[in-house]
Amino acid sequence: MTEPYHYLLMIVLVLFTLTSVAALLIWVERRLLALWQDRCGPNRAGPLGLFIVAADTLKLFFKEDWIPPFADKRIFVVAPAIVAATVLLSFVVVPFAPNLLIADLHIGLLFFLAMSSMGVYSIVLGGWASNNKYSLLGALRGAAQMISYEVFMGLSLMGVVMLSGSFRLTDIVLAQQDYWFIFTQPLGFIIFLIAGVAETHRLPFDIPEAESELVAGFHAEYSGMKFGMFFIGEYLGITLISAMLTTLFLGGWLGPVLPPILWFILKTSAFIVLFILLRASLPRPRYDQLLEYGWKILLPLSLINLLVTGAISLLTS
Amino acid sequence: MFSLLRSMAITFLHLFSKRETIQYPEERVPLHPRWRGRIVLTRDPDMGERCVGCYLCAAACPVDCISLQATEDEQGRRYPEFFRINFSRCIFCGYCEEACPTYAIQLLPDFEMAEYNRQNLVYEKEDLLIDSQGKYPGYNYYKVAGVDSGIKPKGGGTNENPPVDIHQILP
Repeated sequence: MTEPYHYLLMIVLVLFTLTSVAALLIWVERRLLALWQDRCGPNRAGPLGLFIVAADTLKLFFKEDWIPPFADKRIFVVAPAIVAATVLLSFVVVPFAPNLLIADLHIGLLFFLAMSSMGVYSIVLGGWASNNKYSLLGALRGAAQMISYEVFMGLSLMGVVMLSGSFRLTDIVLAQQDYWFIFTQPLGFIIFLIAGVAETHRLPFDIPEAESELVAGFHAEYSGMKFGMFFIGEYLGITLISAMLTTLFLGGWLGPVLPPILWFILKTSAFIVLFILLRASLPRPRYDQLLEYGWKILLPLSLINLLVTGAISLLTS
Repeated sequence: MFSLLRSMAITFLHLFSKRETIQYPEERVPLHPRWRGRIVLTRDPDMGERCVGCYLCAAACPVDCISLQATEDEQGRRYPEFFRINFSRCIFCGYCEEACPTYAIQLLPDFEMAEYNRQNLVYEKEDLLIDSQGKYPGYNYYKVAGVDSGIKPKGGGTNENPPVDIHQILP
């Protein structure tokens, strides 16, 4: 994968797949939520209601793209692009299958953490530029939540790095050939899962948007494709966290019989379904409860996990 | 923590339970005979209009969607000159049916009245009149009412005695 056209092909392939997956997730989420609530979900347009994806996308494109006169126009326009861009950039380092990745960075994991932290700018800037009380409250909550969960999101992954001895994601996957890291790092897995939900601000932890309290939080003033970018960014975020969970804890593409890419897709979709199940079943915690939970429970736990993992790997080496 | 997992499991198991949705155009909700839907004007057994244009329905209507003008034919029988219901206003409360002294106005179990043009929801008398007696078959207001309007002579009704000539009452 050194030739430039290979890179180009790979980039186009990944970009196309990811945007289609993000669009398809609209249908998947609505369908699954409906099934778990004893409804049918969208089932009219096309086979199994799949054309709802096209209808929704077209609708978003043709909606009025309105910038409120009281908004800070430049930042207002830039903010939604940031979330989609940072999440898409994180996918640069995700190894989908052997030799099926864009860039095998030797600091891949750090790159992922850096990019996912950048996503918070979109929330803060979007909420700030909207010049609206609810948006600002959403942005404030978003900033506090992302910053506090960012801390132990990184810490929870250090156990994996210790065990595999590398920040390169391919190495981490290959280090799981005997056993997956979910068995040796169960605490790290759970903490990363919770932090991941908070990172994508998905439903149990969706306090930045919290539609029952803050209208729609940071994106209350957005419409049309600018809202679509937040929308796509959220679904891409779910895909990213699921892909990272797969890579770091479930052995990535490793698996018997089936081709590697299929294993990767299977494991990732299982996590996506788990994300939607979380949304279907759990209530939203209060804002202060969320932060308290993060700083008082999850941060010490991830530190303990780090210490114990370090001690064990020192003893066994 | 356990309760969170438990609620997730319960939610997941709903995947296998029965759907609550009624797939509307193919499946339909069973409507009860007294379901209050589209408003009609019924006829009596002789296929005459039951409505006598008393305005009670228009007075009872909480959203003022009924308008009518009463008139009389040459035999003295009252009937509405026009009878108009604006179904874009109607809330299907059924007060008009309750107010009607002649069982003329009735609500049917039918709700599929959607139109693309709002003006098409204004129903005139021709749209409202049906060739049926509705929920009260065999009832004819003029057969039980006292007045003579060409249907029966005064006092010739089913439970009536012939009129008494008060000048003839002698001991």
